[in-house]
Amino acid sequence: MGVATGAYGVGFGAVSVAAGLSVAQTCALSLLVFTGASQFALVGVVAAGGAPLSGALTALLLGTRNTLYGLRMAPLLAWTGWRRALGAQVLIDESTAMSVTRDSVPAARLAFTWTGGAVFVLWNLATVGGALAGNALGDPRTYGLDAAVGAAFLALLWPRLHTGWHRWVGALAAAVALGVVPLVPAGVPVLAAAGVALVAGALSRGRPEEGR
Amino acid sequence: MMWAAVLVAAVGCYLLKLGGLSVPPRVLERPLVERIADLIPVALLSALVAVQVVARGHDLVLDARAAGLAAAVVLLVVRAPFLVVVFGAALVAALVRML
Repeated sequence: MGVATGAYGVGFGAVSVAAGLSVAQTCALSLLVFTGASQFALVGVVAAGGAPLSGALTALLLGTRNTLYGLRMAPLLAWTGWRRALGAQVLIDESTAMSVTRDSVPAARLAFTWTGGAVFVLWNLATVGGALAGNALGDPRTYGLDAAVGAAFLALLWPRLHTGWHRWVGALAAAVALGVVPLVPAGVPVLAAAGVALVAGALSRGRPEEGR
Repeated sequence: MMWAAVLVAAVGCYLLKLGGLSVPPRVLERPLVERIADLIPVALLSALVAVQVVARGHDLVLDARAAGLAAAVVLLVVRAPFLVVVFGAALVAALVRML
């Protein structure tokens, strides 16, 4: 997992400066936002010419995932006060996955703290490395780094397309986004695609859970 | 504007995490909420891929980026690691531009 985190972090750093963010802004995202898909989304919207605030809104929509992780982790961690406030920052995919299966509060806290802490350190170091390397390369188009942004999103998306239903929703969302590209300001097409998730979620009521 | 966006994302994403740890589960733990939360990343990431690869301003164009994405698909199918996928796509796009 450390290697995977390092790789994502380097990729994020490089893609972020290719999108036009400064090294300081890139590092601030990894330190403060600290949830990979949201960070990628923000820089992706900016790279496509969208307003930075549309990027932030897209990042927030993707960040709602962590709220659901929190619901699951709250009784397991049983933290209050400053520990909860501190722990919340490292509430992400990895720390949840590693601690959600523990059967006692101390074991869950231990797994959560170590996984969250290790990923936080690695992710930020890798981001700095990727951002400095991307900055040193210069114009991203020369090296095809603009194409790398799309590839990074596809790699994040790939494991989520685990059922036919998810693939349909993905295809429809892409079609809706491209359909409105000529009509609305950059950044908005991606937000419009969130509507597909809302409608599909509402319509899939009673649908049996396909294997995850 | 960029710094404002960074701060909005930082504060918002933190509150979303803290909220999950703080609100009583019955407020949000409903099947509809779970289904939508499961589909939102799929929809947003799919849209990001599409816009990133095909949109240029308000136009839709197929260029070297599409070649890069095709390379990424092949690399994902053969289960290449993340960085290989990302930089493989960049390399193919750069090569296509040199043609």
